[in-house]
Amino acid sequence: MSKFKKGGKRPTGAISTASLPDIVFMLLFFFMVATVLRTEDEKVQVTRPEASELYKIEKKHLIRYINIGTPMDNRYGTEPVIQLNDQFSQASEVQDWILKERQTLSESEQSKMWVSLKVDQETKMGIVTSVKQELRQASALKVLYSATSRARTGSEE
Amino acid sequence: MARRELQEINAGSMADIAFLLLIFWLVTTTIESDMGIKRQLPPPVPPDIDVPQAKEQNIFNVKVNFLDQLLVEGQSLDIKELKNKTKSFLIATGDGLISHQIGNEEIGKNRDVILITGANGKTNAAFPEREWVRKADVRAKIAEYEQIVIIAEEKNKDAFRKVLKDWKDKLTTIKLLGGDYKKLPSSALISMQNDNNTTYNTYLQVQNELQSAVNELRDELSFSKFGVSYRELEEVYGKNKQDKSTLEKITAVRAVYPQRISEAEPRDAGATYY
Repeated sequence: MSKFKKGGKRPTGAISTASLPDIVFMLLFFFMVATVLRTEDEKVQVTRPEASELYKIEKKHLIRYINIGTPMDNRYGTEPVIQLNDQFSQASEVQDWILKERQTLSESEQSKMWVSLKVDQETKMGIVTSVKQELRQASALKVLYSATSRARTGSEE
Repeated sequence: MARRELQEINAGSMADIAFLLLIFWLVTTTIESDMGIKRQLPPPVPPDIDVPQAKEQNIFNVKVNFLDQLLVEGQSLDIKELKNKTKSFLIATGDGLISHQIGNEEIGKNRDVILITGANGKTNAAFPEREWVRKADVRAKIAEYEQIVIIAEEKNKDAFRKVLKDWKDKLTTIKLLGGDYKKLPSSALISMQNDNNTTYNTYLQVQNELQSAVNELRDELSFSKFGVSYRELEEVYGKNKQDKSTLEKITAVRAVYPQRISEAEPRDAGATYY
């Protein structure tokens, strides 16, 4: 006749999962805040080539993008086109665009602007070359040929 | 009738819903990471200026035609061999040696150098002739320019100071490398030319291989002299621009293996240079 149970195992109650949604929601919010959303639509299909000697530009606000590829919407044709910001453009518009984009940077950073060329790997060089010539004329000489990373090709070392 | 007890809604599935949302978000957002090959385009050339032609042996010609085939120094080549051939160009010297020297050390002595036959048919003549940068000469130049800076007119002073600084950098380079070194002639460059119908992928692969050759040689030299790869030196300097000693090391490596990859003026698809 004892008041206390001895030796008997207490049944452990199941851990409450009520806070799990909160935790997951926090994760969700974290990711939503941390990921940078694309600010512009991609209107052209770009599969970037692979390369090994890649550099990353640390200051993203200095980069301006030029996309070249076939239009996503095939009503606009199947030939490669140039996309500046949100619009299809001609190579001849690149100079004006560069001047405009340069104005969005502070004066001390204007010379540090990078132009990232996101070009589909199947594109012929003709259109790329004409864009490059326009960039030269606009004195936007720092370019980045955007690519995805791969290992170096068989080196002898 | 008994009144039903108000039941609590089971919140167990909330977690699942939230997880679904989370996973949906993870899958649909692309974390923008923009990486690529850096290039500096040449400034626009006024149409009425003739660009001086460098000596044939000082130029490593890479041409890509409309079928994405390579013509390197006048011979067709598989892209897999391009890197090694580029390295040969950067290592070998036109005086018949397939290595260059730093101090008493021979760089690239045991390497398999692919001999390049130039367009004129001579093997050695296809390599640029490396020139000695000797401590005594550099010292003399520094002394000379120090005098010039003093007596120069005020408006020219800055230009001369810049030259003086270049020579001083060379002296630091010699100290860091541990001896006199041979530099590539200033006109030596890797020239790439492509057709309007070359595919962008091929173009980029060629650029990549050329860059890779330079990077690997720089890494090699940097490792043997400073114990870290060139890439790391650049990263360290990128984080702290005040780091003078790292900058000096970078300058030293660059002095031995300069990166001069140029893109020739574009030509019409119809041009028959291939």
